Amino acid sequence: MRQSGAILSVKGVTKRFGGLVAVSNMSFDVAEHEMVGVIGPNGSGKTTMMNMISGAFKPSEGRISMKGRVISDLPAQRIAREGVGRTFQLVRLLPGLSVLENVKAGAVFGHRKRWGREADDFAHDMLDRVGLDAMSHAPVSSLTYIDQKRVELARTLAGEPEILLLDEWLAGLNPTELETGVELIHALRDEGRTVVMVEHVMDAIRSLCDRCVVMSSGAKIAEGSPDEVLSNREVIRAYLGDDDA
Amino acid sequence: MKPAGMSELVWAAVLVFVAAFLPWMVNGYWLSIGVTAMMYIALSTSWVMFSGPTHYISLATGAFFGVGGYLVGAGMSDYQQSFWLMAVIAPIVGAILAALIGFATLRLSGVYFVIFTLGLAEMIRNVVSWVQNNFLGSRGLYVLTDFRDQHIYWMLLAVAAVVYLLGWFISRSRIGFALRIIGGDETVARHVGINTATAKVILFTTTGFFAALVGAIIAPRWSYIEPNQVFSPQLSFLVVIMALLGGAGRLWGPLVGVIPFTILWEWVAIQFPNQSTLFLGLCFLLIVYALPHGMVGRIEELRARMRRGA
Amino acid sequence: MLDIVVSGLLLSGTYALVAMGLNLQYGVARIMNLANGEILILGALASFWFYTTSQVSPLLTLVFITPASFVVNWLIYRFLLTPLVRRAKTQGALEVDSILATFGMSFIIIGIVVSIEGGFFAYNFLLDPISIIGSTTSLNRLVAFVIACAIGLALYLWLNLSRSGVAVRAVSVSTEAAGLVGINVPRVSAFAFALGGAITAAGGVLISTFITLDGSIGVVFTLKALIIVIMGGVGDVRGAIVAALILGLVETAVATLIDPGLTLAAAYLMFILVLLFRPEGLFGRRAT
Repeated sequence: MRQSGAILSVKGVTKRFGGLVAVSNMSFDVAEHEMVGVIGPNGSGKTTMMNMISGAFKPSEGRISMKGRVISDLPAQRIAREGVGRTFQLVRLLPGLSVLENVKAGAVFGHRKRWGREADDFAHDMLDRVGLDAMSHAPVSSLTYIDQKRVELARTLAGEPEILLLDEWLAGLNPTELETGVELIHALRDEGRTVVMVEHVMDAIRSLCDRCVVMSSGAKIAEGSPDEVLSNREVIRAYLGDDDA
Repeated sequence: MKPAGMSELVWAAVLVFVAAFLPWMVNGYWLSIGVTAMMYIALSTSWVMFSGPTHYISLATGAFFGVGGYLVGAGMSDYQQSFWLMAVIAPIVGAILAALIGFATLRLSGVYFVIFTLGLAEMIRNVVSWVQNNFLGSRGLYVLTDFRDQHIYWMLLAVAAVVYLLGWFISRSRIGFALRIIGGDETVARHVGINTATAKVILFTTTGFFAALVGAIIAPRWSYIEPNQVFSPQLSFLVVIMALLGGAGRLWGPLVGVIPFTILWEWVAIQFPNQSTLFLGLCFLLIVYALPHGMVGRIEELRARMRRGA
Repeated sequence: MLDIVVSGLLLSGTYALVAMGLNLQYGVARIMNLANGEILILGALASFWFYTTSQVSPLLTLVFITPASFVVNWLIYRFLLTPLVRRAKTQGALEVDSILATFGMSFIIIGIVVSIEGGFFAYNFLLDPISIIGSTTSLNRLVAFVIACAIGLALYLWLNLSRSGVAVRAVSVSTEAAGLVGINVPRVSAFAFALGGAITAAGGVLISTFITLDGSIGVVFTLKALIIVIMGGVGDVRGAIVAALILGLVETAVATLIDPGLTLAAAYLMFILVLLFRPEGLFGRRAT
């Protein structure tokens, strides 16, 4: 029990789908204002881990708690209201709603609830925050990929989460967009937000994360600062395979 | 946004006012068409309140409607209660039934809900017939009142107006917004903090309430009621067709569908009584392949195109 | 009591077969086909018609109505459902569209069937009494059961042992992954839909030998097949067989002990129990 300041704590979490073990006995803590990266090769269970934190899946074993309170037995909507906000690996916007309404969805039902003018104003603020306020009345189908990702981030921020889960938020962006994206997350970091991010872009992880948890085949194989874990032999082996290690 | 909403409400009020004069303008055949149309307007508007934003196709209308009509018949005929008391009890029972069905099915994916509602009217009819044959003895029920077509028409108009007004408020409320998000992506809805099951159950309960109320009000029109007549699975399908034909994207969409369809349906029933089922099938295909957003959707599309052209 | 078990068991064979047909259509082709019961009725009507007009044995009808239904269902999928699959942005949108479209088809079929044969249709085929473990039933039920089992078994073996069967199962697991490994998903889907329709029509022929039907009863069979599929778990053949067995037994028990008019209510009761307690199916795995 090293952190008394842990806001999020994952303890002995396992997830099975039928016979397949997607995540096995994972444990890690996230301190307040900390940015933690969850990395690992494809199929190592990172997204499943995120899905369990946000409540999309329930762990088969173990528990996840937030500020000392167990949240892993709550449904997703309760976890969201407790203050966990997330983006999705494949961006999920609400197709029939305008950009502003998409963001408002976060403000109206999230951790702190708003309605009417207040919700509209707050949604505009969040859009402004991700640099998209000019598009607020556009239909979401007209947005570019990075803009869709920004809208989704704004929607998540509009719920004023205490813990932000970013699931490969930088994936699929071209080099210019990537630069914008990294800047945006940097700004979140400067605000002192607590963030857990699944990411493949190593440069971004080095510059953004305070600490990394490395997963391979569903289990944690290393934990530490980005430089530490990225030079760890076992981590290199997990990414590149035995022959190259 | 706001002024447009107000003007919609003003238009609705004007329409209700004008519609109230129908019984003085026509009688006989056309008034009875008016009653039928008003019944479908109330039913399909309340259907759209739930199924429009969520895209959950409810086929339970006939079941709630039947429960309403049957309760009025049973209460008045077997227990000598007044029509008014039964007209209060019926929608409450309808709402409770809808809430129970909602709890059982709406936590799961939409397909289960459709399948469940598909046979519901038929199943309740079987149970009611069985109970009646084995325990109550009588087979038919009499609903004798002083009401004539115009009275039923006005009551239905009032219900339709209330449904519309309620729908208008809901579409501007948090729960209405929640339903639109649920219809868009249920996973997102849960992750922004919406209790999706509760929102769906509340709205579905509302539609159950109104369908049973309409069934109760229509009961005096028949005078003699038996289960085979009030629990009509066809009614559920007609409501779906009318609502979708008009357009489920707008609360006033059904209005656009109901009036022409009611007249057409009456005509088909007289001219081609044996082909009415076939006609129903063709309407479904027409909606899916030619009018996926209803006539309202088509009109709005055309308007948008004209604006772009101008 | 024994009578209930025997006739329930015999009934469940045909139910399981029809549910397998629906399972192929929903589990593989991803089409919730609410016109399934009407395809069954078409098979039954054909059997009735050939038997009463030209004394053709239902067993012979079975041999040519099954491929005929395959072709008809393939055409339906190819020309009516493929456009919906193409335009659907999400699985949910496809579900709504296919439900509405198959409703339309089911009403059209009912309209056609009723205009051909307005009343009930039933005929006497193999009515000889036969005794099974002390319970007397008619030969036609036993024959229908045996044929249903044979078709079901053939389907099961084909799905599990043949190369094309594996492709069908792969599509049922994931259309995307199946596409990535080089399976022609649209073709397999069309094939599965057509095969499902063929099996359903075969079930209709079999049912018509021992149950009185009419043009508008198809929806009841659709519902029962759906309940079996949900109870057994989508895509689970073993689950469907067990579910059909349970439904067949419960229905027969309710019909003999309480009232034949309550069989649908009995099916609904089981449906509710499954939805409340095992929504993932009898042998389904929790978590999706």
